[in-house]
Amino acid sequence: MSTQIEHPATPSPTVGIEGSAVRRGDRVFQGLSRTAGIFILVTMAAIAAFLIWKAIPSLQANTANFFTTSEWFPDQKPSVFGIAALTFGTLMTALIAMILAVPVGIGIALFIAHYAPPRLASVLGFVTDLLAAVPSIIFGMWGLQFLTPQMEGLGKWLNDYLGFIPLFRNDSGQYSKSILIASVVLAIMVLPTVSAISREVFVQVPRAHIEAALALGATRWEMVRLSVFPFARPGMISASMLGLGRALGETIAVALILSASYTINWQISEPGGNTFAANIALRWNEAGDVGLSALVASGLVLFVITLVVNMAARLIIARRSEFSGAN
Amino acid sequence: MSELTRDERAESEELLHRALAGARLPRWGIAAAAVGAIALAIILNLTTSVAGVAGTVVVAVLLFLAIQTTWSFRVEGRRHAVDRLATTAVYATFIVALAPLVAVLATVIVKGMSVISSTFLTTSMRNISPRSEGGGLYHALIGTLQQVGIAAMFGVPLGILTAIYLVEYAPFAKSRRLSRAISFFVDVMTGVPSVVVGLFIFTAFVLTLGMERSGFTASLALTILMLPVVVRSTEEMLRIVPRELREASYALGIPKWRTILKIVLPTALGGIVTGAMLAIARVAGETAPLLLTTFLSQSINTNPFKGPQAALPTFIWDQFTSATDASVNRAWGGALVLIVLVMVLYGAAKIIARYTGVKRG
Repeated sequence: MSTQIEHPATPSPTVGIEGSAVRRGDRVFQGLSRTAGIFILVTMAAIAAFLIWKAIPSLQANTANFFTTSEWFPDQKPSVFGIAALTFGTLMTALIAMILAVPVGIGIALFIAHYAPPRLASVLGFVTDLLAAVPSIIFGMWGLQFLTPQMEGLGKWLNDYLGFIPLFRNDSGQYSKSILIASVVLAIMVLPTVSAISREVFVQVPRAHIEAALALGATRWEMVRLSVFPFARPGMISASMLGLGRALGETIAVALILSASYTINWQISEPGGNTFAANIALRWNEAGDVGLSALVASGLVLFVITLVVNMAARLIIARRSEFSGAN
Repeated sequence: MSELTRDERAESEELLHRALAGARLPRWGIAAAAVGAIALAIILNLTTSVAGVAGTVVVAVLLFLAIQTTWSFRVEGRRHAVDRLATTAVYATFIVALAPLVAVLATVIVKGMSVISSTFLTTSMRNISPRSEGGGLYHALIGTLQQVGIAAMFGVPLGILTAIYLVEYAPFAKSRRLSRAISFFVDVMTGVPSVVVGLFIFTAFVLTLGMERSGFTASLALTILMLPVVVRSTEEMLRIVPRELREASYALGIPKWRTILKIVLPTALGGIVTGAMLAIARVAGETAPLLLTTFLSQSINTNPFKGPQAALPTFIWDQFTSATDASVNRAWGGALVLIVLVMVLYGAAKIIARYTGVKRG
């Protein structure tokens, strides 16, 4: 009886059970969970691989320069298409959206983290999260039916008083289906992203920094500038870039607001403009074989752009891995 | 001291405060500035070319800023004037953000309520032309429930397993390279546009593997979209499970995998369920990947593996882009149903989170 005492697997010094005494159940379970993790890497690689592979036929058929052409006639013979107008529209809408959304998003985050009474703050956090939960198609419908008439006044005002700036001039007299409206909707849609991540960083500012500033007689705004912003700067930058990533890839809301046109028009309150994502949704059903492949090619460009933006954002906050867009 | 009345004490405190903090605006100052600004804006509205609700509001806000800042500048000095300006700006951003949320919800509720009826919820669009009234979204509701359900069936276990690897196994692995890569690409994956995921499923499963476009291909796209959300939220929950619980279990000789299944996961269950529900709510409204990976059906199809199948987002898209009065109304009805579905999931997730959070030991 005293000779055969079964010892439980002895924990290694690192507490883990990794080592020689790993049981079969452990091996199976670890293998499963590891496979799940690897599956994610494989998926990301597969997305890139399949998009490249299926984009090639159209790029070979294309008789125009893919990057500098604005037209989109991939199914014609000879096939002519390019992403110049799409790139312009995508960057322009996303840029204006960011100009509108970043200050407001950071303001909201500040309000919730440092201005609102704590009880109110949690409710307000929930409310901004709700904004993130509204499906994008609903934003698109709202933008088209509700926001468009409201924006006409702004468009006219910009044309009347700031019309000397080419960006704001409107020669067409029409103010619907414009890049400006799409940008405003995009700005509303990326607000929760920007504010949620900024907020996460703002509430982590060490209490001591804040109290030190206030004890020195700083006003609240001086406290924010002296202790909150310096601490939170990387978080704010990456919050903006994650928002940018979302604005670049938003599809349905933009597709509903803009009509598929392929001109580069700097006058943002006039109808026109198109983005990578919206173009894919709008052209999908009428596309032939080459057309589908061309849309895949444009999707590949979008994928690369968003990948670069997202990876840059992640690297900026690499040291603070707990801030993530997913939670 | 104790003989002072409350008023006198308050007065003496205020005197002391003023001596320390310098002159301040009276308490009613902000309210007075606001009232003055609104009154002035209304007068301008009536007498000059300032017109419209939006214009008047903008003028009132600008006037308020001007009055408050000059007054504060003269009484309190530059620093406090800037502080008040910043405070007003921060409050204003919040109202700016709240306005679209209220506007969107109000529009959806007002336009949607006029369409919702028992017929709308229990019939399909079979044999109903876009122009005519009637019909409903029953077929789309079935499609959404099935597609999202299948996506959750794949996505939730995969996500939880990945999170378990990252939290429970990776710290003891010989090399951290794999777990770093997984962690990084989970984050990057949250930023992949949904339309790109749709393109991937189409090129890989429809073009290459020759599957037909069906509810199932749609749910594959939704799986990929929900995966990173599940991983991140689960990971966060597992990390706050107290270490002592695991150690107590190991000390009793319980193998690691049983510890994870019987101790760690149950402790974090509430949070994991919340994360999964948020992920489901997030993909339930995705439209773009569905447009690319399914064909829309107007009638009921309860088999997600065969034939065209509708879903709420594609139903809304189809009705809205048909652009007749009747169909746009139906689209708003669909939007209301979709938003209620998403909000119920969202609210339930938050309630579960509140009552089942991991209690720190």
